[in-house]
Amino acid sequence: MDDSHYNEDRDKKRLAWTDQRVETILGNVLITGVIVSAGVVLIGALIYLSRHGMNLPDYRFFKGEPADLRSVRGIVKDALAESGRGIIQLGLLLLIATPVMRVLLSLVAFLRQGDKTYVTVTLIVFVILVYSLMGNPPLDFLRFFSII
Amino acid sequence: MNVLEFTGLIWLGSLAAGFLGGLTGLGGGVVIVPLLTLAFGVDIRYAIGASLVSVIATSSGAAAAYVKEGFTNMRIGMFLEIATTVGALVGAGVAARLSPDIVAVIFGIVLIGSAYLSSRPRQATSGNQRPDRIAAYLHFDGAYPGPDGQIAYHVRGVPAGFGLMFVAGGLSGLLGIGSGALKVLALDQAMRIPFKVSTTTSNFMIGVTAAASAGVYLNRGYIDPGLAMPVVLGVLPGAMLATVFLKSAKSVILRKVFAVVIVLLAVEMIYNGLTGRF
Repeated sequence: MDDSHYNEDRDKKRLAWTDQRVETILGNVLITGVIVSAGVVLIGALIYLSRHGMNLPDYRFFKGEPADLRSVRGIVKDALAESGRGIIQLGLLLLIATPVMRVLLSLVAFLRQGDKTYVTVTLIVFVILVYSLMGNPPLDFLRFFSII
Repeated sequence: MNVLEFTGLIWLGSLAAGFLGGLTGLGGGVVIVPLLTLAFGVDIRYAIGASLVSVIATSSGAAAAYVKEGFTNMRIGMFLEIATTVGALVGAGVAARLSPDIVAVIFGIVLIGSAYLSSRPRQATSGNQRPDRIAAYLHFDGAYPGPDGQIAYHVRGVPAGFGLMFVAGGLSGLLGIGSGALKVLALDQAMRIPFKVSTTTSNFMIGVTAAASAGVYLNRGYIDPGLAMPVVLGVLPGAMLATVFLKSAKSVILRKVFAVVIVLLAVEMIYNGLTGRF
């Protein structure tokens, strides 16, 4: 009887999503995200520079990136084709995704803690981030700014 | 100049920018955009795209260290991120509709404002003011590790803080900067949050804010891999060097010198913008 209580307590402690434990996990997620994405960018850089290092750079006039470097699907496709610029862009995408992962993890933590207020708050932030990354109608709700 | 030389020079410049941004506490973004546009003649839209990505890198790297120390208030950060991310989307939306010259002028003005804000001595808040109803409902009141155990604090001024955070997010999305100075102002002055908590919580929020606008910039084709690559790989070690150097005594003099450099960059951005050179 006593034994089972002891085990239950220990399980609770192990599974408890205390703020402190969440903070440690969040810290690890952030640092891993930065290291992995910097590594991917570096690999892409070596490929890009070895192939195009002698070309002439042109950033004076704005043209915008080609369609395949603008969307998640296009970037993944280019990176798999071992395009240097595609792999760099994948690394940058991972970097942008790092704070999103952090928000997602906070959502799990607040759910486990049963903190309804913060589940709602975190969900709102998460939806805004996904909305922006998916490039959904580029802010059509901002049409009124077209007066500018 | 070929791509290899161009990349190498941008990498060196970004290393310096990360160091400068870290030392002045303004963040790498405020130096990257003037550097790329004024020194390398890069279109300001590419410059802002590259800057935004580097802002995410430095903020995430620093936040990782801070979060573990227990100063960051994640609930305050998460709640105010609603304001900064919506602001960032609006800012990024507005950026696409403004001419590069106007963006450059706004950048210069915000740069001077940020330099002023971060050069002012910050007033320490006791943190033990009367509890506030909204802050209590949102579980904002917290505690941070002090020399003699945990120090508890209360938070107030939530609506004012929320409003300022919307503006900070808007500027971040419009100019590709972290808006750290304005975020700290909101947390320090409006919400009366103790120093260490406001600095680390601000940093914690910068990454999420920048990610919201970076998504929009990526979809617009403003993030160029060839340009963002040396910027990210330079700013990151530059900012890390700054944290090491900050502990030394010489940093006080250097900070003053750099403040002058930053104001000069700002004036040049405004001048070039007004004379239509962007």
